[in-house]
Amino acid sequence: MSRGVLGPALAVLLVLSVLAGVRFGSVSIPTADLLDVLTGGGDAVDRDIVLRLRLPRVLLGVLVGGGLAIAGATFQALLRNPLAEPYILGISGGASVGAVLVLALGWMAAGSWTLPLAAFGGALLAVALVFRVATATGHAMDVRVLLLAGVVVAAFFSACVAFILSVSPARTVQSAVLWIMGSLAAASWQSVLLTAAYTLPAATLLVGLARPLNLMSIGEETAYYLGADVEGVKRLSLTVAALITASGVAVAGVIGFVGLVVPHAVRLMVGSDHRVLLPLSFLAGAAFLTLADLAARLALAPAEIPIGVITAFVGVPFFLVLLRRSVSAP
Amino acid sequence: MLRMDGVVVRYPGAAAAALDRVSMEVPSGAFYAVLGPNGSGKSTLMRTLLGLRPPDAGRTLIDERPTGAWARRELAKAVGAVPQAESVAFPLTAGELVSMGRYPHLGPLAGQSGSDRSAVERALEACDVAELADRDVTTLSGGEFQRVRIARALAQEPRALVLDEPTASLDIRHEMAILELLRASADEGITVLLITHGLDMAARFADRMLLLSHGTVAAEGAPTEVVRADTLASVYGWPLAVTHDPETGAPRVVPLRSGEG
Repeated sequence: MSRGVLGPALAVLLVLSVLAGVRFGSVSIPTADLLDVLTGGGDAVDRDIVLRLRLPRVLLGVLVGGGLAIAGATFQALLRNPLAEPYILGISGGASVGAVLVLALGWMAAGSWTLPLAAFGGALLAVALVFRVATATGHAMDVRVLLLAGVVVAAFFSACVAFILSVSPARTVQSAVLWIMGSLAAASWQSVLLTAAYTLPAATLLVGLARPLNLMSIGEETAYYLGADVEGVKRLSLTVAALITASGVAVAGVIGFVGLVVPHAVRLMVGSDHRVLLPLSFLAGAAFLTLADLAARLALAPAEIPIGVITAFVGVPFFLVLLRRSVSAP
Repeated sequence: MLRMDGVVVRYPGAAAAALDRVSMEVPSGAFYAVLGPNGSGKSTLMRTLLGLRPPDAGRTLIDERPTGAWARRELAKAVGAVPQAESVAFPLTAGELVSMGRYPHLGPLAGQSGSDRSAVERALEACDVAELADRDVTTLSGGEFQRVRIARALAQEPRALVLDEPTASLDIRHEMAILELLRASADEGITVLLITHGLDMAARFADRMLLLSHGTVAAEGAPTEVVRADTLASVYGWPLAVTHDPETGAPRVVPLRSGEG
């Protein structure tokens, strides 16, 4: 598919996904009533469902999905590794430790804000640790060391999670496991605004770095000779992408596969120019997570499936088909 | 245009310096070849000259200005470089790779102008890779990929080119085509610094040569001054003879088998 077509197509898909996400659920709202509510009318029950429950949830899905996809594309370019994804720097492990601690110690009683705050704090701790290790050898940040540091830090934190869970009661274990698999159920306008206030400027900044990221993706030495500020771009974009991931994890838990599969899918369709790849990854990730959340709510309604299960169930086969097509194409 | 004064580079943990008091001067428009055995410091010389690895002692100058004093983009406009190895991790067309040479000329958001596109086209033509522009670089042969990378350096429209073994994996025709291209560039006034293992070719194409041995300068001068049997035999640690090619009159290095010579 050409670049000119995919952009508008994804934008339309995103709008349709948002409308579907708001319209459907345990209670389906007829399109006419939905339009009434969105234009300021409608009856009180519909308004409550759409404006208080579904719209913040859907918008949070847009922000988190878009953020994870653009962060994943950035990590893949910087680490020059197709297996890179947003959690590669140990962010998921750090966030999980924070969240599981709050659940195990019963701190949720202090307020619903404790869990996202602890998860965000844990994510930042993991990133800080990994950056520290990667810069320990000298002034330059070695991406190979970064990658390895991310893997071992993640392993350490998952051991911490396993330890906490092993001494926790079954109820805590279940809520921890559900949190780790990701959910948008805790969405509120407050979390939407907080996430938007960081994710949107950060994503814009990454798109602004698209050209140097193009150079970095073919190798740091070459990027340097072509005039890129290699260390500056690396630090800035890694930090920004890590923070996007951390803010997403804080409000939605660890949602896998979006940040890995979506950038690859977009890359297979439009190539590796990050000026195109980054914005389209954001749109595609946003639409994908919105639809995945809808499926998570509808599949076993009124019960919900963890959204991470849906992203893996849908994302993996879709990705395998794309991969097969790209390999067999001349 | 490219200069080193008493440059010392020492890698952490290494017993000997990678470069030990190396001085060289490449005049504007010269074709200058740097040779030496594996591990003699050729690639370090390139990285240090271009500021990627600042020297521990001594200084490097580009256009009489210390390398460290150059803004990154200004340096990339002045000097185009082709490092020894480069691996493309994601699908990318040859045309896109060559267009990256325009990066130092572009603003952060500006698109390519007509002059950018014509610079890219000229570079593709000069390296005989215009017909490969739409090909994914991962599907190119070794020789095609090298020529595409040189085209990217030419697209920078630099005043100097620095290349690390660009002809190492190429057949006779492509090796000759690249060396002729570099010679023609030098004749047009572009300074060329070529790092190579090809003693014979360097002697035929270069104006001056520098021979490195364990990070020090073993010989420097015109090809006839550097390509001498006694010097080369001691630097490379192998008996050899230097003859003169009856076709070209150029010096030719003949490594000897045991019992010969």
